[in-house]
Amino acid sequence: MTTPKTLILDADKCTSCLQCEMACSLEHEGLFSPAFSRIKVFEFEHGKRSIPYTCTQCEEAWCMQVCPTKAISVNSELGTKVVDESLCVGCKVCTMACPYGTINYNTRSGKVTKCDLCGGDPKCAEVCPTDAITYGVAT
Amino acid sequence: MHHVIIGAGPAAVSAAEHIKKLDARSEVTMLAAEDVPPYSRMAIPYYLVGNIKQEGTYLRKNADHFEKLGITVKHARASAINPQAKSVALSGGDSIGYDKLLVATGATATKPPIPGIDLEGVYNCWSLADAHKIIEKATPGSDVVLMGAGFIGCIILESLAARKVNLTVIEMENRMVSRMTNRTMGTMIKDWCVDKGIKVLTSTKVDRIDAGDGQAFAVTTNTGDKIPADLVICATGVRSNTAFLDGSGINIDMGVVVDDYMQTSVDDIYAAGDVAQGKDFSTGDYYVQAIQPTAVEHGKVAAQSMVYGNVQANPGNVNMNVLDTVGLISTSFGMWMGVDGGEESELVDKDNYRYLNLQFKDDVLVGASSLGMTQHVGVMRGLIQTKAPLGEWKDKLMENPTRLSEAYLAGAQAQHQNNTA
Repeated sequence: MTTPKTLILDADKCTSCLQCEMACSLEHEGLFSPAFSRIKVFEFEHGKRSIPYTCTQCEEAWCMQVCPTKAISVNSELGTKVVDESLCVGCKVCTMACPYGTINYNTRSGKVTKCDLCGGDPKCAEVCPTDAITYGVAT
Repeated sequence: MHHVIIGAGPAAVSAAEHIKKLDARSEVTMLAAEDVPPYSRMAIPYYLVGNIKQEGTYLRKNADHFEKLGITVKHARASAINPQAKSVALSGGDSIGYDKLLVATGATATKPPIPGIDLEGVYNCWSLADAHKIIEKATPGSDVVLMGAGFIGCIILESLAARKVNLTVIEMENRMVSRMTNRTMGTMIKDWCVDKGIKVLTSTKVDRIDAGDGQAFAVTTNTGDKIPADLVICATGVRSNTAFLDGSGINIDMGVVVDDYMQTSVDDIYAAGDVAQGKDFSTGDYYVQAIQPTAVEHGKVAAQSMVYGNVQANPGNVNMNVLDTVGLISTSFGMWMGVDGGEESELVDKDNYRYLNLQFKDDVLVGASSLGMTQHVGVMRGLIQTKAPLGEWKDKLMENPTRLSEAYLAGAQAQHQNNTA
């Protein structure tokens, strides 16, 4: 099996322009609203340093293991852990169980949301002007 | 090797699947006492509110899921265990032999011993059968009294409110969800409910329930109030299902006492989930946590021990809860109530129903609780479980606890740089 591609996040290149958050919320929610983005840029030292942050599609898959309704499954091609909104009841147990805090409750849908790599074409990487976010095989 | 699992809840299913993963050739039988496919009690409130059908509560969605994995689901209730004969007696009179046994019988909602508690129309909210009865009675405009504002009480508030009933909540403690809130946070949850038109009586006890005129009950409180009710829902507590183990020689305290391998005091018999009194991550003490994440983790550890023997110890499970009380989301983690010699950082914003409380021991986060937060709440678990030293971020968090995600990320980045340097 080939190693699946992942989001490669390089904080040194991030300028905190938030285009990734815009693209993410547009792709998944149909609106330009960083509050609903699945990738989040954290600023430090008043913007001197910025760190883009999202789900790493971790092996342990804490969210998937803990889900009481089997609403999260692995996309075997991409290695992503994907939420099936028709099965998610919105109980939020995954949001506290994920020790990275990268699966979150969406107050609009009443379900949880997380990064799904946009099905293999991540918009955050596409719009990032400085290559702080790229999509490839981690070395 | 025949693994028998008594129960069909999250701990049972987690264990069954892991056993099959570790040893595909083993025989696995799950004993399901209820005559429905394995389901999640946690999903019942969403069934009550009408967001999902009954099938939506099922732990696994494909009807042939367990069959495909080679797991037998046998609908039978265990009535006793005979460790000498290595067999489980079933209530129909049959019995089933085992090589390794897992007790994952969960818990049952209890009712306080007060006059009238056994009247028809006074229900727990625990099983799908209870949910069906509540759905039938909780019609728009009906008077409903909910006894108990704990986890279950709070989480079904929304579904009851959505069914447009006149709701009164009666809670013995001086605040809501006392098992995960301090006075400030528990009172904020109460204020929120009152603001939503729900009557909440705290520091109040139900003394008796009387069958009144026609269909309605009269619920009498210790303060002398008489509240009419078409339906009384009792959500005052749960108890581990251990009664059938009497005489088995298995050590029982609050639940089935297990060691770090999830084994009971009897060889080849393990316990997991709400029935098990397992190791708590924060205190190292053994108690019944009765939460979904612990049930799943217990199931995994038990499976490992049942297949490979007692080699991989459970480091302890972090106690945590997340609750949605009519749209107000609360969480609690680890030692949210604080520890001796520890320090606390608290943000209280009553107007906006936001609250955050962090508990430290030195520069390590040991507990946390929050209200009105939905983003990155999992980092509280992450920081507690990794015992990550916060260094300079401890002081920043003492000043402003809401910088928690930043603190987490700053630590994670430092860790990453150390690892790659």
